[in-house]
Amino acid sequence: MSTTTDVLLEASGVSLAFGSVQALRDVSLTVRAGEITALVGDNGAGKSTLVRCICGIHRPDEGSFVFDGRPVAFTSPQEARDAGIETVHQNLALVEDLTVWQNLFLNREIAHGFGPLALLDRRAMKVRAAEMVSELAVNVPAVTARVRRLSGGQRQAVAICRAAGFSSTLVIMDEPTAALGVQETARVEALISRLRDDGRAVLLISHNFDQVLRLADQVWVMRAGRCVAGRRIAQTTGAEIVALITGAQAA
Amino acid sequence: MSESVTAPATPSRAAVLGGWLRDGSVWADWAAAVGLVVLVVVFQAANPTFLSSGNVRSMLVASAILVVLSVGQTFVVLTGGIDLSVASAMTFGAVLFGFGITRGWGIGWCGVLAVLGGALVGVVNGVLVGNGRITDFVVALGSLSAASGLALVIADGKPVTVVSVPLLKLSTGGVGIIGWSVLVAAVIAVLAHLVLFWTRWGTHVFAAGGSPEAATATGISVPAVKIAVYTVCGVLAGLAAILLVARVGAAEPAANTSFLLNSVAAVVLGGVSLVGGRGSVLGPVLGALLLTALANGLTLLGVSPFYQPVAVGTVVVLAALLTRFRR
Repeated sequence: MSTTTDVLLEASGVSLAFGSVQALRDVSLTVRAGEITALVGDNGAGKSTLVRCICGIHRPDEGSFVFDGRPVAFTSPQEARDAGIETVHQNLALVEDLTVWQNLFLNREIAHGFGPLALLDRRAMKVRAAEMVSELAVNVPAVTARVRRLSGGQRQAVAICRAAGFSSTLVIMDEPTAALGVQETARVEALISRLRDDGRAVLLISHNFDQVLRLADQVWVMRAGRCVAGRRIAQTTGAEIVALITGAQAA
Repeated sequence: MSESVTAPATPSRAAVLGGWLRDGSVWADWAAAVGLVVLVVVFQAANPTFLSSGNVRSMLVASAILVVLSVGQTFVVLTGGIDLSVASAMTFGAVLFGFGITRGWGIGWCGVLAVLGGALVGVVNGVLVGNGRITDFVVALGSLSAASGLALVIADGKPVTVVSVPLLKLSTGGVGIIGWSVLVAAVIAVLAHLVLFWTRWGTHVFAAGGSPEAATATGISVPAVKIAVYTVCGVLAGLAAILLVARVGAAEPAANTSFLLNSVAAVVLGGVSLVGGRGSVLGPVLGALLLTALANGLTLLGVSPFYQPVAVGTVVVLAALLTRFRR
């Protein structure tokens, strides 16, 4: 577990309990800039909870995060967003009855004036949204379409565009391909690789070991609320990761 | 799944129209407009005085209060809530207006008091729903009772006659067939449309109703939106109270139940989704006009007023049935 200078996010000793359930126990891991870091583990291992701590939804009971060289303690998702951490949640956090461009700019609307009653610049948002979508996605949805009418892959692309479109340095994705078909999975994986090629860090939660081996540079394994192991992808195998997840192999 | 929506082939205009007509969601969105046209045609055929300028004028004036209440109700329903206390808040505002009159205050101050009263009911609703995390329906039911009760307490159960030239002008004057109260309602509707579709906050109202989880994840405070929409609804109920006092010529602690039912009915007719996140302002306004035209037309045809609630109920359930076809 080398700590190099290009570490973007470092979690140290993070613990969180919900009542009597200890969701996270003393979790420490690092995410490096310009890499895809995978987070794997069985259901209930604490992956999503850890992600929710990083992106400001939960506050850990103990432990700390250092992001981009500064200690951070986000109290809201908005603070994490402002700092450059974007999250693609498992449910995608899209509003189905709003259009693609409205979702892309949700709570970040381009507007003239100040405060909640600032007038929207709908044209500018549509133009910019079309650019964002065409830059990233192969399978481009019309930006004026309602999200309800999009396919699963298109929705995922919209959610990823939103996360990638605003000068974010870390994009967190919670099982981005879990509900997708083979072709759509391939498209979304290409998107994830492009994020890395753009110089962003990606923290990827995945149940798909082939995908992890294909995409990631580093993998962290969680089991029962602990981060039990970290491996460079180049130096591990699918069998080893499975063994670490199930506890058949100690770290 | 390789569908791409980038360059849709341009289908013929007739095909587009045909697609529209078969699309149930279009019918649901425009139920109020279609219904209004049908009613106007039927009533005009049955009684030619229906579309006389005098009758149109009186229908518009009669609809003004309901339009204002329905616009307020729209804000709340868009967030997935329902404000059952909207008519009671109006009654509360009207009684406060009368309270001001008995103290010898000017009409202006009485109006301010009415609006503040309505706003107070709205804020309390909003805080209970937003921060107290109590179901909208229960809060609204509670404040429906509480606000009507308070109105009775303040008024001591008695109406206050309001004699005022400006108020008389508000309810009877106007430009051509457009009464002043109609103008007030129209301005409120236009402002509401602007706020909902052209401001950041408006987008957040749709987001909070369409998906509270998504709104929260993007940093929108759903409780704050809830408080705001109930407050808007309360303020509009206060404004409606002024129109009501002007129309009746008195501040009465009456229950005004039909206004409550009709405001919800107008919103449903107007194609606003009761689970939130989808709707317009024009729809509920047309819905309110439809309900007023329905009552007026039935009266012109000499149908007993006892049948009016039956007709309203039928129309609303039919409209709700249409929303099932919405995608």
